[in-house]
Amino acid sequence: MELLQNHLLSLILFTPIFAALVNLILPKESNFLHRWTAFVLSIVPLVLSIILWILYNPSVSGFQFQEQYIWYSPINASYHVGVDGISLVLILLTTILTPLAILTSFTITDRVKTYMILFFLLEFGMLGVFLSLDLLFFFIFWEFGLVPMYFIINQWGSEKGEREIWGGRKVKARTYASFKFMVFTMAGSLGLLLAVQLIGVTAGTFDIIMITERWSAVDSSIFNLPIQTIKAIVFWAFAIAFLVKVPAWPFHTWLPDAHTEAPTAGSMILAGVLLKLGGYGFLRLVLPFFPEESKVFAGALAILAVASIIHGALAAYGQDDFKRLVAYSSVNHMGFVILGIAAAAFAYGTLDATIALEGAVLQMFNHGLSAAGMFFLVGVIYERTHTRLLSDYGGLFPLIPVYGGILIFTSMASLGLPGLNGFVSEFLVVRGAWPVFTVFTALAMIGLFFTGAYILKGIKMALQGPLNTRWLDHLGEINRRELLIIVPLMILMLWIGVWPAWILKVINQAVMSLY
Amino acid sequence: MEFPVLSFIVFTPIVAGLLILLIPGGRKNEIRVTALAAGSLALILSIWVYFSYDIDIGGYQFVEKYSWLPQFGISYNVGIDGINAPLVLLTGIVMFTGVLISWGIDDRPREFFVFLFILATGVFGVFVALDLFMLFFFYEIAVFPMYLLISIWGWKVTREYAAMKLTLYLFIGSVIALVGALAMYFASGLGTFNMIALERAGFSTAFQRFWFPFVFFGFAVLGGIFPFHNWSPDGHVAAPTAVSMFHAGVLMKLGAFAALRVGIMLLPEGASFHMPWIILLTLVNVVYGAFIASVQSDFKYVIGFSSVSHMGLVIMGFATLNSTGMLGAGIQMFSHGIMTALFFAVVGIVYDRAHTREINQLGGFRKVMPLVTVAFIVGGLVSMGMPGFSGFIAEFPIFMGLWKSHPWIAVIAAVSIVITASYIIRIIGQVFFGKIPEQFIGHISTINSLDKVALVFLTVILVLVGIYPPVMVPMVNSGVENIMRLIGGA
Repeated sequence: MELLQNHLLSLILFTPIFAALVNLILPKESNFLHRWTAFVLSIVPLVLSIILWILYNPSVSGFQFQEQYIWYSPINASYHVGVDGISLVLILLTTILTPLAILTSFTITDRVKTYMILFFLLEFGMLGVFLSLDLLFFFIFWEFGLVPMYFIINQWGSEKGEREIWGGRKVKARTYASFKFMVFTMAGSLGLLLAVQLIGVTAGTFDIIMITERWSAVDSSIFNLPIQTIKAIVFWAFAIAFLVKVPAWPFHTWLPDAHTEAPTAGSMILAGVLLKLGGYGFLRLVLPFFPEESKVFAGALAILAVASIIHGALAAYGQDDFKRLVAYSSVNHMGFVILGIAAAAFAYGTLDATIALEGAVLQMFNHGLSAAGMFFLVGVIYERTHTRLLSDYGGLFPLIPVYGGILIFTSMASLGLPGLNGFVSEFLVVRGAWPVFTVFTALAMIGLFFTGAYILKGIKMALQGPLNTRWLDHLGEINRRELLIIVPLMILMLWIGVWPAWILKVINQAVMSLY
Repeated sequence: MEFPVLSFIVFTPIVAGLLILLIPGGRKNEIRVTALAAGSLALILSIWVYFSYDIDIGGYQFVEKYSWLPQFGISYNVGIDGINAPLVLLTGIVMFTGVLISWGIDDRPREFFVFLFILATGVFGVFVALDLFMLFFFYEIAVFPMYLLISIWGWKVTREYAAMKLTLYLFIGSVIALVGALAMYFASGLGTFNMIALERAGFSTAFQRFWFPFVFFGFAVLGGIFPFHNWSPDGHVAAPTAVSMFHAGVLMKLGAFAALRVGIMLLPEGASFHMPWIILLTLVNVVYGAFIASVQSDFKYVIGFSSVSHMGLVIMGFATLNSTGMLGAGIQMFSHGIMTALFFAVVGIVYDRAHTREINQLGGFRKVMPLVTVAFIVGGLVSMGMPGFSGFIAEFPIFMGLWKSHPWIAVIAAVSIVITASYIIRIIGQVFFGKIPEQFIGHISTINSLDKVALVFLTVILVLVGIYPPVMVPMVNSGVENIMRLIGGA
């Protein structure tokens, strides 16, 4: 019990590594063994994070369960982990989605062992980002998660499809998509790397808590430029790295490709958790380190947010590929996260800012649930029909009524129907942002209208209308394993929709004492 | 008297070489087993030295000193500090894995191992030498067998050209450095070649500024500094696998280390005068080397040029002349040594089976050799500087050091990270993934257990240093503190 109390975060963080090692030792032949071992072991971090949630004291500000060990003493970087309300919510999201994604991956038959190991490494990387209180460790985990995701898309992605690249050469779509994912994120991280180094050199430490105290008072000049200019550059280096990940317009173009080509479970984690890393970066690093710059550039961020919301919605409406439609919906929904953050950055300290931030954090959690659910449902129908084109579906509701009902439920949560989770968070963001950026918020509302349009379009083309007879005898209903995946997500969506207080209580204190 | 462990490390290879000479050339297995025994012994001793070095005390430890030519002030004087202890360990590791990888050499293995071991003795000797004359002595011992190893056992197409080119470059370099060393010997008026004494000789500023380039560039040629780097890719490519591993893994460190030990540490004022423009040369190394690597079509040339790029980072770290940059450079020497040994081992394994190194003609090796694939991916991630691997632990402080001394260079050098990532991904995709070409199906044999041991060993070290830097960082840092005292920086 003592061990659990003092090292709870390390236990959560390193359980996936342990699980990966177990999978490494198991013989390669038995897919069954690997699947079930992976699933059972992925439950452990979930249980631990539920314990963490129970033990966490939401009325205290600051970081809890901190652990710190010397790691790289000459440059003052240490292994330092801790949680506050924001990271707690995202850790819970990660540990909920990982077992579900692994359960989804039971249909994978190719190199199950390697696949499961990569999945655990991915979980390790994501948890590390949320837990780190050391900038260097944050960066390490930030980059680390990239590698397994690259291979998951590159090796287990959709088999079909080709893309023409420059010179007329044709490559597999998944090769193209994974490369694009890697290059976009790496290019974003390059600026982040340089900025992290610059901060480490000038602040003399990588500890996030200490940098938050010191960095805004730093007054040394590099490049013979005034410190304000440097801070503005560093701010944008951070912001662009995170905007690419979120992704905000115009840095979003990697996302539809990566999502479309990734295997179902990969898309679930990509949309469910990886995109949240960007939002989390803004909350944990950008706002606390650069309060003044954030305020100055909040308008620019809001413009990008609104552009993402509107562009994402319109682009989603224009898709015929169901998975691409859901992918663009992520751009649309994550725009609200940025909008909330931008509003809060402009008016930090006011009630509006607090509400907007609460909304942004909750929106990250909610989008994690609904996007994972949507990608899962697209995967379910794709496995049965082997097509993702909406125009190939049509009138499927009578054939698969349970699936249809679930799809409508999840779509409605994604759309923001009152009573389901999406409504709460989008309402909070809009409520918080309205007094701060009235015009932008109003424009975002128009985007929300198109959200309704594309979701209804998806439902209509898949489920309603005349039945496409080619599916008449070929379409099986959703099975028990698949229900086991989607039902927990649906329960959470409904729960947050009707009674969000349990989660907002945790978020509230953290966003008020962010900096 | 203490057990003279450093002498044992230095002379184990050459004694083993002599023993091997006594074995009839036809009894190849006995030769190989003897070689492996010597490699294991050197490895164990170097691990033991590494871990029994006391960081809290610092300075030179395990020192041995015997008069050799007292009338000229030459003595056999060896010792290790925080900078060269990792390099001794590196040499032990590369020697051990090099023997494992060379198991399959069938053409005169006796002579091959003898020359390889002479080379190893030379390398160990340079790293531990505390006497300037001894340092040159071992340096030449290390360079000479290279010529024979490449020209006899190398790649038939270019081996004579490459061996000649390499040897000429390195000899010219060492002659120039020797001139500088003699100038120091006479100018000091101390009548000794002992480097610790020469550190305190108090050379005049004008003297240091004039002679620093001689000494520094003389050695840095072997470190692959631009524009004297172009012996190195040719040499790497032409050499047989174990020699490439030694060559890129250890020999290039020899150049960088000697440039540091003799150039920067003995002539610190010269260093601070010349480094501002030398750092520009290393910038060319880093960025241009990476760029050239990315356009090669030959697998081995890619790795060869990547070494030019990565060694540029080492010298760049030295050139920052601050403790953070030096620390990174010290770790980068070790990390790059292991990584590039791993790379060349992989290239050798692939070439031995496919008989081609053209990247476009390879493919799908993942299916026949999954372990090799994993090893190469880990090496690739190290060379990209991916966090969690030793390359990051090394490159990060180098860049931090640059931010302190030359911020613009840091920004430009960072481009190399992207270029490196692009060519590594390209190779992984082309060689290991994708479809296996038809002519290879059924013709590619799997690797044997010795190769596996070597690859796993190297891979584990790269990961270990990456996730747990305290195994190396405090040691290198203690060595760097010593250098900082000499050059008077912080």
